[in-house]
Amino acid sequence: MGKIVRIAGSLVEASGMDGHSIYELVRVGKENLLGEIIRLRNDVASIQVYEETTGLKPGEPVDGTGMPLSVELGPGVLKSIYDGVQRPLELIKEASGNFIARGITVSSIDKKKKWDFAPLKKKGDKVSQGDIIAEIPETKIIKNRVLVPYKVNGTIDWIASSGKYTVEEVICKVKDSDGKVYEIKSSHKWPIRKPRPFMKKLPPEIPLISGQRIFDTFFPLVKGGTAAIPGGFGTGKTVSQHQLAKWVDADIIVYIGCGERGNEMTEVLQEFPHLQDPVNKLPLMEKTSMIANTSNMPVAAREASVYTGMTIAEYYRDMGYDAALMADSTSRWAEAMREISSRLEEMPGEEGYPAHLASRLAEFYERAGRVETLGSGKRYGSVSVIGAVSPPGGDFSEPVTQNTLKITRVFWALDSSLADRRHFPAINWLTSYSLYKDKVSKWFEKNVSKDWMILRDDAMGILQKESELKEIVQLVGLDALPERERAVLEVARMLREDFLQQNAFHDVDTYCPLEKQYKMLSIILKFNESSQMALSKGQTISEIMKSSVIDDISKMKYMDEKAFASNYRKMEEKVEEIKGAKSQLDVR
Amino acid sequence: MMAVREYSSITNVSGPLVIVDKVTEVKYGEVVEITTGKGEKRHGQVLDSMEDKAVIQVFEGTSGIDTKNTKVKFLGETMKIAVGKSMLGRIFDGAGRPRDGKKEIIPENRLDINGNPINPVVRLYPKDFIQTGISSIDGMNTLVRGQKLPIFSASGLPHNELAAQIARQAKVPGKGENFAVVFAAMGITSEEANFFRDDFERTGALERIVTFLNLADDPTIERIITPRLALTTAEFLAFEHGMHVLVILTDLTNYCEALREVAAAREEVPGRRGYPGYMYTDLAGLYERAGMIQDKKGSITQLPILTMPNEDITHPIPDLTGYITEGQIVMSNQLHRKGIYPPVDVMPSLSRLMQRGIGKERTREDHADLSNQMYASYAEGRDLRDLVAVVGEEALSETDKFLLKFADRFEGEFVNQSKSDDRTITDTLSIGWELVSQLPEREIKRIRPDILDKFHPKKAKTETKKTESAAPKEREKKDEKPNTAPAKKPKKK
Repeated sequence: MGKIVRIAGSLVEASGMDGHSIYELVRVGKENLLGEIIRLRNDVASIQVYEETTGLKPGEPVDGTGMPLSVELGPGVLKSIYDGVQRPLELIKEASGNFIARGITVSSIDKKKKWDFAPLKKKGDKVSQGDIIAEIPETKIIKNRVLVPYKVNGTIDWIASSGKYTVEEVICKVKDSDGKVYEIKSSHKWPIRKPRPFMKKLPPEIPLISGQRIFDTFFPLVKGGTAAIPGGFGTGKTVSQHQLAKWVDADIIVYIGCGERGNEMTEVLQEFPHLQDPVNKLPLMEKTSMIANTSNMPVAAREASVYTGMTIAEYYRDMGYDAALMADSTSRWAEAMREISSRLEEMPGEEGYPAHLASRLAEFYERAGRVETLGSGKRYGSVSVIGAVSPPGGDFSEPVTQNTLKITRVFWALDSSLADRRHFPAINWLTSYSLYKDKVSKWFEKNVSKDWMILRDDAMGILQKESELKEIVQLVGLDALPERERAVLEVARMLREDFLQQNAFHDVDTYCPLEKQYKMLSIILKFNESSQMALSKGQTISEIMKSSVIDDISKMKYMDEKAFASNYRKMEEKVEEIKGAKSQLDVR
Repeated sequence: MMAVREYSSITNVSGPLVIVDKVTEVKYGEVVEITTGKGEKRHGQVLDSMEDKAVIQVFEGTSGIDTKNTKVKFLGETMKIAVGKSMLGRIFDGAGRPRDGKKEIIPENRLDINGNPINPVVRLYPKDFIQTGISSIDGMNTLVRGQKLPIFSASGLPHNELAAQIARQAKVPGKGENFAVVFAAMGITSEEANFFRDDFERTGALERIVTFLNLADDPTIERIITPRLALTTAEFLAFEHGMHVLVILTDLTNYCEALREVAAAREEVPGRRGYPGYMYTDLAGLYERAGMIQDKKGSITQLPILTMPNEDITHPIPDLTGYITEGQIVMSNQLHRKGIYPPVDVMPSLSRLMQRGIGKERTREDHADLSNQMYASYAEGRDLRDLVAVVGEEALSETDKFLLKFADRFEGEFVNQSKSDDRTITDTLSIGWELVSQLPEREIKRIRPDILDKFHPKKAKTETKKTESAAPKEREKKDEKPNTAPAKKPKKK
């Protein structure tokens, strides 16, 4: 047992700690505060404490637990709301009321609840690591698959029959070739900083559909991909994250509120149980696990929260699910690292961030991916990561943004000038990119339409052209532009206002199916084609803009699928008419 | 519970810090009382506790402290404040001592000033609309109960007037109030403090207000505890006595500077502009103490004021604040110079909790659309001003001229109001519709068709044809003005 020799903020130093290893979980002081060893020097350990340290004093005891900081994985993880070190907030509430007190020890998953258990293997079956031996219906949507633990291979010596068991009961025994018997429970622990093993990584080629037009059509993310959403405050990072969490077509959602606002977290906590999954119409919570470590909760737990979330996501990936992890915001995580590093008096890197910032970020995002899991019979799962970044002053040149961009493959750049004019989502279409675009084009061509990529590129071209024209307009005024280019401006405006802008708070517009996205885009581009044709026949742009189809286009995003489908044909006809209008002129 | 221990073993005095040697079992965060050789008393708090040494920050400054005669007494507990309902109407200094010449209060409880974080699962999502009577806030950046909405201002701007006006006018329409204000001043001038006091006094609100004053000539380091005292008091009033508390903190810039001073004295690795790396966490510890709790009646709404050095919104203080608070009200020198009061620049302003606080049964169903429309049109109008400067107004298209006009009228009629003007939300929305209705209908893209039909003054009232309403003459506009008002539906709630 060691004893405290120094307390400075969230960092505690304890002597007499030889024999304890780095990253070991320890209990600090008389109140048994949770901590983790982050540096060892002779027998003095530096410990980051996951709870408020006020009132600790030198001489109080420090106990090692012999375990690295781990999460408990088993049925019951879904539908839970945890703090950064996987303590369920509901249980904390029962223990300490409305405010979070210190030294609370609660179990991460319910140890008493009995789960329905259905074995899939029988005695004598040969199994190896990662094989599914049983299924437990964890929620209405998700079947928890009990896997043979890592590095366990052998034959099943005994397996429980169907029935109800707690997570602590042994439900299977596996004997390996040396005759050693392993007991398997439906829950286990896994250290959060250690990536869970898999067979191999697969190339990403299936898009992760979110129903958000700017994401799906312009800058798609894939299952197993990584994306960064950087943006200054007020640009809609959190709303974008919420939209993604609500609508992406992943089996499992892990939402990490890392240093976020309490009220915003509450919004998520209160809203998710009422939200329905667009596919199966069941509450979103049925497939969600949440981690809420608000900005005023201890900083060290904030540092741990992203790993806790990642490990949970990997756990479900290993069962063969597609998990999506949202971290809001990774900047707060980086700042937690900075704070701890400065308390350790480490030599600072850029802007005071620790020198290991880049490698930590890279390690974290590398845990994303679509993989073939362990276990016989090919099983595929993925973890997609969407990290919000909050650059100070909205300046993307700062270290966290830059180091994140080095690793992530999709960049959704939030733009405060768009947010100011309430263009939401305020994603700048000129600076954002997706490196998966070409990889998923096949999927879109096969599942939506052959000309998907062509339309997308055309639209992008028009928007690009608009930005060039706008500079000219600034100089010479709109009237000096030729008709043709004014038409481009009008079409670009349609793309911006009627396609890219999406109202997250509108019942219909909040989720836009791919089919509708495609048709919306194609009607705008058809309009472009028709108007260019009409112009070449001598029409003027102001004449064209009188067509009532303009109003239809501006309203189409608010139409539900049915109304849209019935209107689509009419709109197409009207667009055709624009082309035809020239004939009258010709006649005259 | 603990023996009081007194030491006279100060080894080091630097800036606001004192280092005491040969101490034992000093608690982290423990309060100390320092007695100088001349018998003066000072207070401090342990910042770093080691086996035989403690670093103490002294709130009242270290002048007069020596290494020989000064005694340091460790009080064995963390910083606490005595709270009670009798604090209402009283004035305290930045360390919580009475400043109004009256006796100490009779405490109902003694509370740790750092508080504990509210468990996110027990929070109640704020959505009670607070009517401030100020159009640029109510209409465009609605404040709700339990929100923390800072005012980003700059030197020379009337942020104090605005804060006082909000404190005076803020109400939840149609609800009986159990209302209190906690006012904490950090490093503001006595003139500013008097302004607030006179204003509260004039409106007879003084007995509902708890004041903590740390003025410009008061000890700097004390500012670190002033907001904590205020918030602890607010929590007590809100969650023990069920009051709706509005907390005004001014000026946070001075608070952050005190933090920086301590960090510099500790020779910590500085972050941006010399502010400590933990400033985000520190500020979050203040701002996050706003909110509502599910099974409690009261609420804490925070209105921190900070002056942006050189109007720079990317300065660390407004920047970190913006990342924690639920939006911001930004004041602009440019509008102020135009003579517009309050000079709220709605473009960078934002209320994150607005969406849930407005709409049907809260304000009115057209509120969200109308505000979006005004944002969009005002943004375009402002862009056009730059264009006009280059090419002249003649070069603008018909539509652009309307937008330009809209931007001017928006500033002059919607944002601009008098210091005593207490507009109801219906008034605010009427002005908004009046402005929007001057735009060609095709430009009104943010308003859903059904809402437009119901609330557009011209549509709802007369059967004017689209083409006419799309291009009204300036003269017609004025004629129509009186007719627009009756078109509104009376507000619910």
